[in-house]
Amino acid sequence: MLRFISRRLGMGALILLISSFLMYLLVNVSIRPMEDLEQSTARNKEQLIADRIEQLDLNTNVVIRYFKWLGNFFTGDFGVAWRSSQSVNDQLGSAMISTLQLVSAAAVLAIFLGVAVGIISALRQYTTFDYLITFLSFLLYSLPAFWVAVLLKRWGALRFNDFLRDPALTALAIAGISAALGIVWMLALGGALKRRLINFVGAGTVTALVLFYLQATNWWTSPKIDPVLIAVLGSGVAVATTLLSTGLRNRRSLGTAFSAVALGLALYVPMQYLLYYVQMNWWIITGLALVALASGAGLGRLWGGPDWRQSARTGAITAFGVAALIFLDQVMSYWGQYLAHPTISNRPIATVGDRTPNLVQSVQEADKFWLGTIDQYTHLLLPTVALMLISFASYTRYARSSMLEVLNQDYIRTARAKGLTERTVIMRHGFRNSLIPLATIVPLDIVALFGGAIITEQVFGRPGMGQMFIKSLHNAEIEPIMAYLMVTALLAVLANIIADLIYAALDPRIRVTA
Amino acid sequence: MTIPPPDTNHPAGPVEAGAPADLLAAESQAEELKMRDVEGLSQGQIVRRRFFRHRGAVVAMIVLGAVILLAFTSVGFGNWTGWWKHTPLQTGNVTGTGAQPTLSLPTWLGGDGFVWGDHPFGRDESGRDVFARVMKGTQTSLIVMFIVGIVSTVIGVIVGALAGYFGGRLDRFLMRVTDLVITIPVLVLGAVLGALAAGKNSAFLLAIFLGLASWTTLARLVRGDFLTLREREFVDAARVAGASSRRIIFKHMLPNSIGVIIVNQTLLMSTAILLETALSFVGLGITYPNISLGQLINQYQEAFATRPWLFWWPGLFIVVIALCVNFIGDGLRDAFDPRQRRIPSQRALRRAERKAAARAESAAAADSTVGASGKETT
Repeated sequence: MLRFISRRLGMGALILLISSFLMYLLVNVSIRPMEDLEQSTARNKEQLIADRIEQLDLNTNVVIRYFKWLGNFFTGDFGVAWRSSQSVNDQLGSAMISTLQLVSAAAVLAIFLGVAVGIISALRQYTTFDYLITFLSFLLYSLPAFWVAVLLKRWGALRFNDFLRDPALTALAIAGISAALGIVWMLALGGALKRRLINFVGAGTVTALVLFYLQATNWWTSPKIDPVLIAVLGSGVAVATTLLSTGLRNRRSLGTAFSAVALGLALYVPMQYLLYYVQMNWWIITGLALVALASGAGLGRLWGGPDWRQSARTGAITAFGVAALIFLDQVMSYWGQYLAHPTISNRPIATVGDRTPNLVQSVQEADKFWLGTIDQYTHLLLPTVALMLISFASYTRYARSSMLEVLNQDYIRTARAKGLTERTVIMRHGFRNSLIPLATIVPLDIVALFGGAIITEQVFGRPGMGQMFIKSLHNAEIEPIMAYLMVTALLAVLANIIADLIYAALDPRIRVTA
Repeated sequence: MTIPPPDTNHPAGPVEAGAPADLLAAESQAEELKMRDVEGLSQGQIVRRRFFRHRGAVVAMIVLGAVILLAFTSVGFGNWTGWWKHTPLQTGNVTGTGAQPTLSLPTWLGGDGFVWGDHPFGRDESGRDVFARVMKGTQTSLIVMFIVGIVSTVIGVIVGALAGYFGGRLDRFLMRVTDLVITIPVLVLGAVLGALAAGKNSAFLLAIFLGLASWTTLARLVRGDFLTLREREFVDAARVAGASSRRIIFKHMLPNSIGVIIVNQTLLMSTAILLETALSFVGLGITYPNISLGQLINQYQEAFATRPWLFWWPGLFIVVIALCVNFIGDGLRDAFDPRQRRIPSQRALRRAERKAAARAESAAAADSTVGASGKETT
């Protein structure tokens, strides 16, 4: 194993080296740093050209320039972007954070939703729902990312902000949304005519009630999840988690999940004090999330039984869900303050940049974290949706075909034949195995998302790596371009190695040989 | 083989029959149908028949054909000016609502009568006809799409075939080269190459460069296919008969992996058109005065609030082309996949069952002297 990894890493380093050389030559040919001077009408044009040649060292052979760049690169210096005379290392640092936020949010959402929808689509193969999802994924696949992005920016954001000014849904809109969601649930769950009707009416009614509730409590302008809602939603999470992971028959597991919800509710008030009085940052939040996971798992251990590990897993997931709800509640409580802030002035969904300038500086120390979080969220929302749609489509396709492949295997028939419940067959034997090929696609897809972020960042004006790359390409600055290329190439090489390792780790049929 | 999941709420048919017997009958019937389906047909005929059974793919092919025809005949190509009265670059004056699209929907679609008008897609801020511009842009994007497909197919097939057939050192070398190209995302590589092509401002050059960036997937697939084909008996037979390597590769092995190639390249072409439009959108592909759909959207995105039609039409054409190509690709994949079977839906199965039952019943009624049928329904 170690030999395999070191061999692959060595190979990757070699590929990186050669690719950097080729890309340096290529970029050198494609950029034209003298273009603006050649068209200039300045009287000292000759002098300016000579100066620039001197500045950029253009009389030196490009191969020698590459090795100079490589030498600097090995000392950790990416050089200077000559037009702005800004250090590339500084630029890269802030740009990477911005891009990572965007890409990770989009990737997580796309994987989660895409896999879920794809699996359901596979389970209900050749039904209306399946055809609907297939068509939808084709459509999303064919949408140009930049077109969607511009549309979201110029239409979606505008409309939503207008809606928030006077948030009132008409009865007709509520009826329409409820009917649409009812139909989706009906098609997704399937069954005989009576089941379908019950599902349609049930889902439609619940949706309509929720919308009426949101309307009546003025939720759109002052959103909150109070303890009652936490109890309801938390119980939902508990039931759903138990249903999927162990089945509702497993009483210890169900008990663990519900005691996790109870614990979360009991801690709701103390948490309010903690979150209010302690100056928050992401480290503390991560710590709290880990505490939630650990206490959920601990509850499962306390419920005991021979299969306490399953209960612990269920408890951990439920506890995390409840903790996330409490966190969301806290974030939402700052929404009113955010809306009223003069730099926002009631139009929260942003279309440009990755933060509102001068927002965080102008508020009290205690509110900084929460308002900053909301601000990042409102800026991330539209780019994430734009970036997510395409990989959502491909994950749906992959998850569907891989699940179908698995369901046709003999071991699924064996599992059914020995009398396991359908849940166990699907979740244990089917779902887990269908994730194996997916796990190898994820790293590569995330790298592709990095490429896709170029377009999204461009449209939404996020100062990320993609925008740095495009801007430098237009400005004919080779140093930032090379920095960008090295980072993406490094990521791609690592992603390939990780994909191989994941495959070997998950599938015992694959042997890693050096 | 797929066995339909056991249907618990199986409708009790008029004839007494256990579910397993039903299943078995349905399966053997399907098997028989499948055999009858392909009897005495060549592979090409089977593929063609299966393709034409894919309704989405056939519709997509017709729509794509119509788009191609419209784009090339309306504004013409090369020296030919086409039948449309405006040219993409000719400007006019825009006063009042003169720039509004004159296209209106037929009354049964909620419009006020179908009118094609003088400027069906409206005009832009300098009075240029948007229909002519969109058609010209569609032409460019289509040309780029096809050239990318051809270039990447040629390179991908050659690299993959050589690597898979000869193996050994050549294989290792070619695969390392492929890895090298893969390290850079296609969009990024395309951007750098696009910047190079933008200097020359030629759609052909851009397309060739994009083809040079996007052959890697095909090369890997073809190599994988060739690795298995190489071990097959017919290749040994050809070699024993004295065929040259070139002949074995192109005459014996390549036709066997044509399915993989066609399917993959069709899907690649749909990403190629998105890639070209995306690059043109960020100003690294086709640039003014040449026209591409992505460049049109880039040029007009600021006018979204005042003249939305400038933005809608080019985007619509990109979506239509990409969607059609994707559907054709899907149809081809189904057609070439030997494991693919048409599985009748539950509803179709039940309908067939009912029909069979009705036939059995009428036969029983006619055969009244025996009167052995268990249940009589009136």
